Amino acid sequence: MEKRVTFKGWLLPLVLLTPQLLITAVFFFYPAGQAVWQSLFIPDPFGLKSQFVGLGNFEFLLNDPYYRASFATTAVFSISVTLVSMGVALFLALLADRLIKGSGAYRTLLIWPYAVAPAVAGVLWMFMFNNRVGVVAWYLGVLGYDWNHVLNGREAMGLVVVASSWGRISYNFLFFLAGLQAIPKSVIEAAAIDGARFWTRFRTIVWPLLSPTTFFLMVVNIVYAFFETFGVIHTITAGGPQQSTTILVYKVYADGFVGQDLGSSAAQSVILLIVVGLLTVVQFRFVERRVHY
Amino acid sequence: MATIRLDNVKKSFGKTQVIHGVSIDIADGEFIVIVGPSGCGKSTLLRMVAGLETITDGTVEIDGARVNDDEPMDRDIAMVFQNYALYPHMSVFGNMAYGLKIARTPKAEIKARVQAAAKTLQLEAYLDRKPRELSGGQRQRVAMGRAIVRKPKAFLFDEPLSNLDAKLRVQMRLEIHALQRELGITALYVTHDQIEAMTMADRMIVMRDGVAEQIGAPLEVYENPDNRFVAEFIGSPATNFLAPALVPEAPAGTAWIGIRPEHVKLAEAEGASLTGKVLHIEALGAETLVHVVLADGTHATVRQEGHLPKPAEGARVGLAWHLAEVMFFDTQERRLR
Repeated sequence: MEKRVTFKGWLLPLVLLTPQLLITAVFFFYPAGQAVWQSLFIPDPFGLKSQFVGLGNFEFLLNDPYYRASFATTAVFSISVTLVSMGVALFLALLADRLIKGSGAYRTLLIWPYAVAPAVAGVLWMFMFNNRVGVVAWYLGVLGYDWNHVLNGREAMGLVVVASSWGRISYNFLFFLAGLQAIPKSVIEAAAIDGARFWTRFRTIVWPLLSPTTFFLMVVNIVYAFFETFGVIHTITAGGPQQSTTILVYKVYADGFVGQDLGSSAAQSVILLIVVGLLTVVQFRFVERRVHY
Repeated sequence: MATIRLDNVKKSFGKTQVIHGVSIDIADGEFIVIVGPSGCGKSTLLRMVAGLETITDGTVEIDGARVNDDEPMDRDIAMVFQNYALYPHMSVFGNMAYGLKIARTPKAEIKARVQAAAKTLQLEAYLDRKPRELSGGQRQRVAMGRAIVRKPKAFLFDEPLSNLDAKLRVQMRLEIHALQRELGITALYVTHDQIEAMTMADRMIVMRDGVAEQIGAPLEVYENPDNRFVAEFIGSPATNFLAPALVPEAPAGTAWIGIRPEHVKLAEAEGASLTGKVLHIEALGAETLVHVVLADGTHATVRQEGHLPKPAEGARVGLAWHLAEVMFFDTQERRLR
């Protein structure tokens, strides 16, 4: 049974909750409300007055092939980032879990990329793969592969996925390692004595017991891929070439602040809000059911 | 069912040696209890037989085959852990069937064997439950069930009862013993509880600091300990150790004389060769423990039948014993015979 603290009156709990509620109201509800309101208007080019268009912005967006393409791009991008960052992190965590000596140093070193700001990480990767000055691009050239993510959409996508996943691996690694170490050693030993070899143990014992961690990381990583990768994309590809790396959140920026179509930009952020809300609900309802807590 | 042979088995963690060469031949179907205080290496020894710890030196043989380098899954043994180590995400059925599934046993046979084990262990009503929905005693049974369905060559028990309350412990002790007898599977059982050792073992290994101090049948060890440690560790209350001068017949080189509490009798202080003052009395009903402090400050315990008259606390009493029941130990604490 969970022990709950109960309050006698209303005043104290209200006072305790107020700071959090205020922050949410000021930084979330107010701007979100503004976005919803703005999504119903088209401002004129000079921003002097705006015209009410109802759901016109939404109608236009849903018929816009570029916007639809951006949905597909976002799906490819966020699924790739989630798979790559979680997959690599799990692999590293499995290795580190077997480590006894030097695990502290190993862990500390692995955490560092997480401290690098996305925009900085983006620039780092961009330089490594730059067609003219990049080290990696040069070596690829030596191997006979002409890498140029400025012209090739697939290469651009690959690069932003790798750059976005890189910093994320540290974060996922920490959670996976903690999750692995929370599994009692004797349970693994019991499985070994029951005849299970490493992969069988992983499949039947470790993976199911790790599933709360995996589920949590999946939600967090998808939300990360949706929003926080802006800096990486902005510095490496700026959404190009030919919009091949324009994910939804980047298009909100590009259309609103570069294209100056504030109405459409607001409508896009409303759609984005709904999409992420739906995704989270779906994840909790359908994936959580198979999670063993 | 199998014989197990340990030949001069040693274990070191880095530079620290924790097992200093243990040897024993275990017959098929024998119940061996490894008993000793915590940190004596008894669990490590068991885990080496299981394959969970590497063997630094010496040989472990199961059924005559050297298994030193075999993985746990290749040794065909079953183990019951102190914390049960049940798979928390599987039902009771799933837990018991796990090993059989991995061995690709046909489904019908898995079901039959799990059902049979569940019946033996009175778990039939709980097969669909998860371990967290069971009581400690039931979890213990599931762990037992997981071990017996596989019909392994040997059972290894690592302090399986120490997480249970006293009453349940007595009951499970009897059940485990009966089950092992019925199945006739060789068992190695680690415990720090000398009562479990005395009651369950065909033979026991008394360990201290990685050394097997004595190996033998429980009563043989009790009545005829090889050294002071064994005499002190086995038996409750512990053997009294007194100055050798109290027994003129003591052989040369005696540093200690040992005498079990039940072999000391209270006598009249008048005319007794040894007297002491009663410190306190523990009346346990069937028996009474009288704690006495001797003139030289040593403490001694007398165990007498509950119905015998009890001395008053603070009274002076005499102590008497039969010479035949006195044990002699030299300066190295070895038994002098």
